[in-house]
Amino acid sequence: MAQVSADPADRTRTAPGAEHTLDRDLVDGTGKDSGNGRGDGDAPDAPFDQGEVTEVVADDEGGSGAGAGLTATSERIAEVIRAEVPSASLSFLPVARADPGETGPPDPRRSDVDEWGRSEHMRSIVRRLYNPMYKYWFRVEWEGLEKIPHHGGALLIANHAGAIPSDAPAIMHGIEEELGRPVYGLADYFFRTLPVVGTMWSRTGGVPAHPDNAYRLLHDQQQLALVFPEGTKATSKTYTDRYRLRRFGRGGFVEIAMRAGVPVIPIAVVGAEESMPILFRIPSVAKMLKLPYFPVTANALMLGPIGYVTYFPAKFKLRVLDPVTFDVEPGQDRYSRSRVMDEAEAIRARMQDALHDMLRERRSVWFG
Amino acid sequence: MGRRVLITGLDTFWGGRMAQALENEPDVEMILGLGANEPKVPLERTEFVRSDQKYSILNRIVRATQVDTIVHTFLETNSVKVPSRVLHEINVIGTLNLLAAAGTAGSSVRQVVVKSSTHIYGAAETDPTWFREEDKRTGPVRTRLERSLLEVEALVRDFADDNPHLVVSVLRFANVLGTDIITPISHNLRKRVLPSIAGFDPLVQFIEEDDVVRALEYVTGHQIPGVFNVAGAGKLPWSEVASISGAYLLPLPPFRPRAFVAPLRQIGTVQFPPEMEGMVRYGRGVDTSKLAATGFEYRYTSAGAVESFARANNLRRATGSGEPEYRYEQDVEQFFRHSPAVVRGIDG
Repeated sequence: MAQVSADPADRTRTAPGAEHTLDRDLVDGTGKDSGNGRGDGDAPDAPFDQGEVTEVVADDEGGSGAGAGLTATSERIAEVIRAEVPSASLSFLPVARADPGETGPPDPRRSDVDEWGRSEHMRSIVRRLYNPMYKYWFRVEWEGLEKIPHHGGALLIANHAGAIPSDAPAIMHGIEEELGRPVYGLADYFFRTLPVVGTMWSRTGGVPAHPDNAYRLLHDQQQLALVFPEGTKATSKTYTDRYRLRRFGRGGFVEIAMRAGVPVIPIAVVGAEESMPILFRIPSVAKMLKLPYFPVTANALMLGPIGYVTYFPAKFKLRVLDPVTFDVEPGQDRYSRSRVMDEAEAIRARMQDALHDMLRERRSVWFG
Repeated sequence: MGRRVLITGLDTFWGGRMAQALENEPDVEMILGLGANEPKVPLERTEFVRSDQKYSILNRIVRATQVDTIVHTFLETNSVKVPSRVLHEINVIGTLNLLAAAGTAGSSVRQVVVKSSTHIYGAAETDPTWFREEDKRTGPVRTRLERSLLEVEALVRDFADDNPHLVVSVLRFANVLGTDIITPISHNLRKRVLPSIAGFDPLVQFIEEDDVVRALEYVTGHQIPGVFNVAGAGKLPWSEVASISGAYLLPLPPFRPRAFVAPLRQIGTVQFPPEMEGMVRYGRGVDTSKLAATGFEYRYTSAGAVESFARANNLRRATGSGEPEYRYEQDVEQFFRHSPAVVRGIDG
């Protein structure tokens, strides 16, 4: 809650790292203001109360025609207030609120869970917890992050690896931290069937991979969506097949991007393969547990059961490749199958080349 | 000439509400209500005909009254209320007879409106986050309610194909909440115990009861054909439904939750029909843009519908009972309808 923007136009300026800006984006996306409801929450929501107060201050400044400087001043004032007044008493301070006639009836929402199940509040907690992992364990390094747009929809695709893939959280974390906009991760239905894990996955930006969902996110809501075209074929492959891209499904991701009229942005990930390599699989156990695959990982051999939740500290390098746009009319029901397959194959070849290039430069699995 | 409307299930919640709404429409000339029991709401000019739930006499009534619109509100979507055999009789056989009467040669019927439910989509892990009207359900049909609704809609679809000159409208409503309606969900919320499945907190949609009536009235009045999803904007997590309504979540184990809640179901504290299990595990979302494109506007969002229920429930808790109950007295109603002493056209 470090930064507060006075009006939506400020969004771009304060975007990097501003969690509140993310809130706004989210609210815009869903078409309703869930911010109002937050003040009604219990103790864990206290930080949001502060955010609300500072927001009102900032709004007042903005309303009197003040520029960016005044907004900055108000932010400083808000920080002083935050530093000196304990959060509990802050919510009792009388605060000028907007005329209720303008804002309509109070929003009955009690949480900021959006219509996809993503909660920015939950996401910010997870980001805080995951940040040490991102910075000091995987030591993630990005290349070409500026190719991901600050506005508008884009379909991010990446290569997938690790028995329990470590690349998706790293990509989502990195983009949300650097660009200050949410990323929705499209993944297999399987996640939904797991208690607790499925709910957490949904709250932190996971969406079941369905063409309609992707279209709605990309076209109607102009969001960033992340997919792994290889699917579980990539995460279930053994270490001997590392950095060999699997088949890109049936090219469905290209068709969705064409229909939604958004670019495809490929991301090549190096490091995830070594973070939890699969030595071999036991299909009979997978069948018994109704899992897509049951891996025996190097981590598990070294650490026992803990190995299934512990990654090796491989150095992560991510390279964003040039966005691919398609010269076709968006919004059609069908696209030429050969065209779709050609485009998918071209993107796959480029990602494979990029991976080889990055691996050529890599001196050590652990230090990059 | 004004519209002549036949409403099924006048004695049920929706039939009564729909009749009340249509009474305010000046271009509706005549309203006829069918029901097995006397209506539970005060009605001014609606004619009530007692009939059995299968409408075996319907053919004669339609011919005699020359109705041009049938509003079929009497589809039972609450499987707790009636035994499964009765559910089948009401939904499938009732609709079958209704459509047979409407489709006879030389029938005066021009429009049929059917009040269906989004239960027809079921709830499974392979579901899209938003069902469109043309989407098929992805999970197997497990409950009697869902099976009967699928049968009903198949009948209606065939009827629409066979009678292309008729306007056939099907509205699929999401879970209804509001000030008065009693559904398994509102029953649980009133008892302050909302069953959930441990580890799952799915997103659900609601529609406020007033919006249900308004949507039915809208497609009837504007004669809009087609199948439409109807649900308030947005979605909210199951846990938030409980927190807005001041209820407590009752987490059940993910394996066979209905068996675990059986004792509470027996003593009537909790209602947990089979079709609720999928919903509290995976939730359900429907795309409502098709109806919105026809110009219909909602008064309540999904969260707003829950809020509307919660406010009414607070009042109920504070004052003990709810609104005073209407008692149908045949003679008084007849007097109001037919006596020349009653001055008509005055508000009230």
